[in-house]
Amino acid sequence: MTTSDVRNPKTTARRPAPGRGQGGRLPSWQVQLIVITAGIALVSVVRLISGANDVTSVGQVAAALELAVPIGLAALGGLWSERSGVVNIGLEGMMILGTWFGAWAGYQWGPWTGVVMGIVGGALGGLLHAVVTITFGVDHIVSGVAINILALGMTQYLSKIAFNGVKGGTPVQSPNIDPLQRWTVPGLSDWMTSLNHHHWFLVSDLAGLVGGLVTNISVLTVVSVALVPVSFWVLWRTAFGLRLRSCGEAPVAAETLGVNVYRYKYIAVVISGALAGLAGVFLSEVAANFYRENSTGGRGYIGLAAMIFGNWRPGGLALGAGLFGFTDSLRLRQDDNVHAMLLLLAFLLLFLAVRQAMRRRYTQAVVALVVAAGSALWYALSDSVPPDFINAAPYVTTLLVLGVSSQRLRMPRADGIPYRRGEGS
Amino acid sequence: MKKPAALPRIDRERVILAVAAPVLAIVVAMVLSSVILLASGKEPFEAFRLMFQYAGNADIQVLILNRATTYYLAAVAVAIGFRMNLFNIGVDGQYRVAAMIAAVVGGAVSLPGPLHIALILVVAVLVGGFWAGIAGALKVTRGVSEVVSTIMLNSIATYLISYLIQPSVLGHQPKGSNNLTTTPLKSSAYFPGINVTVNGALYPIWGFIFVAIGIGVAFHYTLNRTRFGFDLRAAGASESAAIASGVDTKRMILYSMLISGGLAGLIGMPQLLGESHQYSLDFPAGLGFMGIAIALLGRNNPVGIAFASLLWAFLDRSAPNLDFNGYAKEIATIVQGLIVLSVVVAYEVVRRYGLRRQQQRVGEELAHTAKAERAKVAAQGGAA
Repeated sequence: MTTSDVRNPKTTARRPAPGRGQGGRLPSWQVQLIVITAGIALVSVVRLISGANDVTSVGQVAAALELAVPIGLAALGGLWSERSGVVNIGLEGMMILGTWFGAWAGYQWGPWTGVVMGIVGGALGGLLHAVVTITFGVDHIVSGVAINILALGMTQYLSKIAFNGVKGGTPVQSPNIDPLQRWTVPGLSDWMTSLNHHHWFLVSDLAGLVGGLVTNISVLTVVSVALVPVSFWVLWRTAFGLRLRSCGEAPVAAETLGVNVYRYKYIAVVISGALAGLAGVFLSEVAANFYRENSTGGRGYIGLAAMIFGNWRPGGLALGAGLFGFTDSLRLRQDDNVHAMLLLLAFLLLFLAVRQAMRRRYTQAVVALVVAAGSALWYALSDSVPPDFINAAPYVTTLLVLGVSSQRLRMPRADGIPYRRGEGS
Repeated sequence: MKKPAALPRIDRERVILAVAAPVLAIVVAMVLSSVILLASGKEPFEAFRLMFQYAGNADIQVLILNRATTYYLAAVAVAIGFRMNLFNIGVDGQYRVAAMIAAVVGGAVSLPGPLHIALILVVAVLVGGFWAGIAGALKVTRGVSEVVSTIMLNSIATYLISYLIQPSVLGHQPKGSNNLTTTPLKSSAYFPGINVTVNGALYPIWGFIFVAIGIGVAFHYTLNRTRFGFDLRAAGASESAAIASGVDTKRMILYSMLISGGLAGLIGMPQLLGESHQYSLDFPAGLGFMGIAIALLGRNNPVGIAFASLLWAFLDRSAPNLDFNGYAKEIATIVQGLIVLSVVVAYEVVRRYGLRRQQQRVGEELAHTAKAERAKVAAQGGAA
């Protein structure tokens, strides 16, 4: 539903079907499905041209998924918090708390205790953020930055006490944690892998995608992926979610309707911390099987970027996290994959150029075209791309997406604005 | 009327309140970190005593001054943005890209002393300003939040540098070492320092400390004595009021982002020109966040920031002594984090308290005048 539909419900009513009528649009999930299918087809074309068959292999997809999950969880954390109107730049710190507490409990009392303690650790970070921003009304970004500093110092300090001198531990690393269960869907996984090895157009790529999702997948990955639709359902389909979001859009209006804004904000920020904590646990128990200093590596910030990339929506942020995870996983695989991305970039820019030209934005179209030609030329003339470039790609992409579509992004209206009860005007 | 008598009292109270917040914050941070030390079975007072004792050494004091110089520049760079309500989270990336490029340019040329230094400084300012300007331009033209874009630019800076510093691109690898650096600067680009001799060993105080002081003075003058500074503060305090009074806020956003980035470009200069004479990957990361913390502690005020950076440098530099004595030096980072949190909370609490006091006093005064008025009316009525 577009904004104009909301403002003027008659237009929707008069329209016989939400089809491609004059200026009408498909429902957003259909558009998304088409875009995703087209994207996979495009990747498939690139794979056939470049011969980099590993781009959509089962292993590549599985690696991408595992890298995307912590980013996606952090992004979900950001979503919960920002939907209630609290900017949470402290996700990074809460994630650090999750990695530490998860590993600390995990190596002593088993991985599941670790999961719970990691979530608790992150939630405590969230609670601190809530107290400082909601009760004391301090600027949200300031509080977040302070929490990041504090969490880093705290875990470094605690590591020296808790892990130093323990068997298998060092001042910067915890002893190993027993691994969590991993599942492979029997039959389906083998079938997909063999389909993938045929390297057919589209079919093999889809098989690789499905195969990556059903092969050697951690329990925690399943839980995390499930949290995306769960978050959507809670935030957009329940009364609780509606009230929570109303605190992020118009807290004073919510207050007049009897919503306890403070309580909802507290709940949202604590859940946000818990999700970031789970992201941290994932890093210590699934991505590795120990805590290591700086293992988060700024993923909390990337999660925030993925959320904004996804327009403060669960589906969008999952897509953003997938993009970051995929580009991140490229450097772990073969160089050919990275090289093939140049061709993909050229195609995407070509598409953008055509789109802009159709909208008569000729300058932008020409710029896109020139860059597209440049990357195509680069692809043709070189054999490899410096890995640093591909590492920077998701960040550059986010910047570009924000630059191109920031007008269409809409954050919660009262996001980041301190709110005090009874002082609304 | 009591008004003339009341005025100085308000001023004194305001001063007390302004000082109370940071003092309160530091005390709270100390108490909390003592609790943490106690909880981990350590004696807190001994830890603080060890830090002070270590900082009593002249060589450590030199290190503290040098570190404070770097922090001061970082905090001023952040403070410019803060005054305008801009969060330049990207100071970290701006400083590293600027230091790297300036070191490359400086290493490639040879010029007479002052010119060489000037060239390096100009390059650093321009590159830092450019890197911040990307975020500024995106904000002004496309409405992209500078918080997000500067975080992205920080990460991009990391990879850009790690690419550029490879020996096959612009970097330099000293024989028999795995550390990657830029080409070392010629001695004409060495910034003079003040040498302090401790037990026969030389410890130079970076001469850049005077540049930093000069920047602090310029910062104060620009903000408080020029039209530009007034516009900047006005736009930061209330955008709508600034627009109404004819300030072009978009231009102000771009300018303050460029200035903030340009200053960020200078952060790496004391170390580059005064000590290492080459850029390498071991230049400290995370300075931007330290700058945010210090700017907050110093209330975006040049003098306050100076004290705050000295405190920060003291915590940083005196902490290693803890490691030699059975304590963990990370407690210093915890203290820093706690100070930031308690400082912002303390400012808010003190602000609310001050506001309440003011309301009370105004109420009292009004009640007083009303009473006097009533008495007068009653007296007149009695007379009639």
